[in-house]
Amino acid sequence: MSSAATVHSLWTTAAEIPDKIPAPHIEYGQLAPTLIVFGAALVGILLEAFLPRRARYHAQLLLSLVGLAAAFAAVIGLAAGGYATDKARIAAMGAVAVDGPALFLQGAILLVSLVAVFTFAERRLDPRAHGKRVDSFAAQAGAVPGGAAEQAAVKAGFTTTEVFPILLFAVGGMLVFPAANDLLTLFVALEVFSLPLYVLCALARRQRLLSQESAVKYFLLGAFSSAFLLFGVALLYGYAGTVTYSGIAEVVDGTVRNVTPALAGTMGNDALLLIGSAMVLVGLLFKVGAVPFHMWTPDVYQGAPTPVTGFMAAATKVAAFGALLRLLYVVLPGMRWDWRPVMWGVAIVTMLAGAIVAVTQTDVKRMLAYSSIAHAGFILAGVLAATPDGVSSVLFYLAAYSFVTLGAFAVVTLVRDAGGEATHLSKWAGLGRRSPLTAAVFAVFLLAFAGIPLTSGFSGKFAVFQAAAGGGAGELVVVGVIASAIAAFFYIRVIVLMFFSEPRPEGPTVAVPSPLTMTAIALGVAVTVALGVAPQYFLDLAGQAGVFVR
Amino acid sequence: MENLIGLLIAAPLLGAAVLLCGGRRLDRVGHWIGCVLAGASFVIGVVLFAHMLALGGEERTLREHLFSWVPVGGFQADVAFQLDQLSMTFVLLITGVGTLIHVYSTGYMEHDERRRRFFGYLNLFLAAMLLLVLADNYLLLYVGWEGVGLASYLLIGFWQHKPSAATAAKKAFIVNRVGDMGLSIAIMLMFTTFGTFAFGPVLASTDRASEGVLTAIGLTLLLGACGKSAQVPLQSWLGDAMEGPTPVSALIHAATMVTAGVYLITRSGAIFNASPDAQLVVVVVGAVTLLFGAIVGCAKDDIKKALAGSTMSQIGYMILAAGLGPIGYAFAIMHLVTHGFFKAGLFLGAGSVMHGMNDEVDMRKYGGLRTYMPITFVTFGLGYLAIIGFPGLSGFFSKDKIIEAAFAKGGTEGWILGGVALLGAAITAYYMTRVMIMTFFGEKRWQPDAEGNEPHPHESPKSMTIPMIVLAFGSVFAGGLFSLNEAFVKWLEPVTSFEHGHSPLSAGAVTGATVAVMVIGVALAWAQYGRRPVPVAAPRGSLLTRAARRDLLQDDFNHVVLVRGGEHLTRSLVYLDHTVVDGVVNGTAASVGGLSGRLRKVQNGYARSYAVSMFGGAAVLIAATLLMRAV
Repeated sequence: MSSAATVHSLWTTAAEIPDKIPAPHIEYGQLAPTLIVFGAALVGILLEAFLPRRARYHAQLLLSLVGLAAAFAAVIGLAAGGYATDKARIAAMGAVAVDGPALFLQGAILLVSLVAVFTFAERRLDPRAHGKRVDSFAAQAGAVPGGAAEQAAVKAGFTTTEVFPILLFAVGGMLVFPAANDLLTLFVALEVFSLPLYVLCALARRQRLLSQESAVKYFLLGAFSSAFLLFGVALLYGYAGTVTYSGIAEVVDGTVRNVTPALAGTMGNDALLLIGSAMVLVGLLFKVGAVPFHMWTPDVYQGAPTPVTGFMAAATKVAAFGALLRLLYVVLPGMRWDWRPVMWGVAIVTMLAGAIVAVTQTDVKRMLAYSSIAHAGFILAGVLAATPDGVSSVLFYLAAYSFVTLGAFAVVTLVRDAGGEATHLSKWAGLGRRSPLTAAVFAVFLLAFAGIPLTSGFSGKFAVFQAAAGGGAGELVVVGVIASAIAAFFYIRVIVLMFFSEPRPEGPTVAVPSPLTMTAIALGVAVTVALGVAPQYFLDLAGQAGVFVR
Repeated sequence: MENLIGLLIAAPLLGAAVLLCGGRRLDRVGHWIGCVLAGASFVIGVVLFAHMLALGGEERTLREHLFSWVPVGGFQADVAFQLDQLSMTFVLLITGVGTLIHVYSTGYMEHDERRRRFFGYLNLFLAAMLLLVLADNYLLLYVGWEGVGLASYLLIGFWQHKPSAATAAKKAFIVNRVGDMGLSIAIMLMFTTFGTFAFGPVLASTDRASEGVLTAIGLTLLLGACGKSAQVPLQSWLGDAMEGPTPVSALIHAATMVTAGVYLITRSGAIFNASPDAQLVVVVVGAVTLLFGAIVGCAKDDIKKALAGSTMSQIGYMILAAGLGPIGYAFAIMHLVTHGFFKAGLFLGAGSVMHGMNDEVDMRKYGGLRTYMPITFVTFGLGYLAIIGFPGLSGFFSKDKIIEAAFAKGGTEGWILGGVALLGAAITAYYMTRVMIMTFFGEKRWQPDAEGNEPHPHESPKSMTIPMIVLAFGSVFAGGLFSLNEAFVKWLEPVTSFEHGHSPLSAGAVTGATVAVMVIGVALAWAQYGRRPVPVAAPRGSLLTRAARRDLLQDDFNHVVLVRGGEHLTRSLVYLDHTVVDGVVNGTAASVGGLSGRLRKVQNGYARSYAVSMFGGAAVLIAATLLMRAV
């Protein structure tokens, strides 16, 4: 067919297009969780625009809580309706999967976000600015740090209540990310949740320059990784002629039914597949914080406002690992002999580097950042099991880990001195003598990070290591245990520091938070202990939710 | 009826719980709660005994299965009780003597401010001891075994403000650990050999195990028995245990707990019967301890320590008898019961003397007390006659039978064992006469103590004398009753089995010899202590006397061989730990720390270098993926 004929045929068929475009079929019910969150975010923007300033905080807080709770209820409703198991399906014209892993991870993200909203809304920790209660966020984000505009905004008692709708947008993106069933949806979801996070990172009330620096770094590197992902998507489209997961998987498996003639030339070219999938993986590994794509983590965790760090560390990891699982288990199972060895290397390097570098950290937020890198490695070990057990153990680990992380960062917001949060570890010396309860709670979280029995950290780590060993990745388990031993050193060191050193005379004090943060911490402890003492119910739940729809 | 067995243990256990958790508000009534619950246990014991007598000889084993304790695959450990004639004997002895001593303690401990706690511990001891003798398997027995060890530890160290008491408690506990280790190994061996812990299946299937295994089980059981019953070589703790309050010495360290070893060997008779080597070691241990304790008893001036030596020696008799097999088991238990009566009586008498003498224990500072405390004198005197084997009293019957059985062992062995037993009887007569004379006869030798308080010897209150009188009745009549028509032997026969020994000497000749050596012993003691005044300061004495005063150098031996050796071992292990183990650990930690310090330099804060790292990482990842396909 000559090119002129092609053009001609395009022209001639154009007239018929209005009849042939199928009306998009959207299953609103099955997408309800995501739609509710996005709807709430939009309403939040309207509130921000039309409500008087003093009413915004309470309205936004209420809206966020109600929106997230309603979305969670929708997830529960879908799961109870069988969508997690036998009625699992692909909705929205093949763009979004509604299945066990998606619903499990969405539920986890929503719960974590709900708790994160509590820490976002905390207004009793920072001293009052000109008689007004303020939260951890900048008075006016657009004002130059230290400039006159900022001072005026502080004096007027402004607060950035936009954080709530921004948070909701991020949550909405995160809900789509692990459920995305084609590569474009994956990319859009990635951007939808990344952009709000970049903004949130820049909003710290104190040390604004550090905060803005972290946001810029995160944005630049995030854009860089998105480019990799997008390029990978393009190559995969070139390989398979489609961006849907099932379509690509069919081509990989060689079971494709009808080939588009225009794509016959490139289709099935393994170089495209290998390079494309590797680039998509790079994008996802960046989000989970795996070595060597982890370098943003410590800087961003340290610079971002601590409630944002907690939310980001907990929820991003859940969403990103969800997407990674779906990609590896739905799209690429046919080429697991190609990606497994490479991912093995990534997992080993991630576990070891995270644990080893954390040993010499002196800032508690940076230490937790490296700890999150090590944990990404442990979770990767579970991902690499490539068995149903691997999926369910990773789901369980993510749920357990996210609550521990959120709780730990919530405790970090409490320990303060004149300059705001006292994150240098030397200031934490003797904290157990001064504030035994706070120190004990933090110790519980540290023990959970270290994977000590009777905490959720142990149950989770045991589950992923068991799955990894069962899936033929015994060597990974050995490395994981060694990394755990190294990691235990720096967790326990903090406990020793808190309980067995003399308090410093000008050490930080523990601020008394409002019931909001207390609820967040209490929930963190409760989930940590409950999943540690009686994990079986949740393991079973994760086990039932461990099957992907294709 | 079987349901009552659990109640036997539950009553004192409840007492212990109430008294130990009840707090100060029970201080005023605590001791009566203790007595009532001990008495309740005794009453239940009597009811069960009556029930048992109504049954036929072979049906007298009552069982109660309480619950399954550790059901894991083939590993079945049950909390189940077995009350047969042997257990019944112990139950009556423990609860009977135990109740009497509870009553006695209400008087003896009247002025102690921690009296409630003391009764709590006593009740705890009763519960544990009953568990020990009622268990139907070795694992549960072990629980009771450790329980009595704990109670013993707590009660020896009851006056913990005295460093000597605290040390004695620790010593008893540690020495007992050695024995307990033996018992636990025995139990493990049994499980691996027979696949069960229960008495019935284990003892019925000894023919399934080789003799070597049975000997090993027997010897480790014996090690356990040696620890609990203060037999050589684990005898060193009993003398020091006299630091505990005297009622404790009477109940735990004379009448009941220290006889647990005899119970263990008798209960495991089937194992020892099948292993002559183990039996031989048992009789040797018994014979050696018999002489060891008797010699130590001769040299001690502390009345309680003299009696402790005597206890050791008498238990030596029991172990010897138990080692003789079916010709001896019944007599071992019979001597155990009669000894329970007279030795408890003697200790209570000693406590009564101390009570009247400002807690003085040195017999050289007694003398002539018979007129001051007549009831104590008479009851102690009857106990004395019983223990030396005065014809017609309890000790005579039971000891005579053991000596007879020892000769009946046959061959050279029989002659040696019989000779040792006879010699022991002579020494027993000697040291007990010595105690008797130094305490109750002769001139009064007491002096004001350091604060100038002149002791005013007086008779003890009724709460103390009545238990002594009851025990004195037991000391006089129990042996005769038991021997009437061989009643005791027939009662125990279904459990322990019984054979008549064939002694090379006629029964009359043995009895004659026993009485003769007893007379010689008494006469010697009288010649030494009765005819001339007893010096208040102990004379230097012969080499043997000096050695005996130091418990035949047992502590010196332990110190040189075990403590020093142990110290050397720990020191070398600590050295190894510091240099090798810590070296490796510290070296690893240092290298991880160094690596960490170097790696963190990569994190330089520049977004451009992070981007380079990502780019490099992506390149490696893609290259590796392609390489994997190429390979």
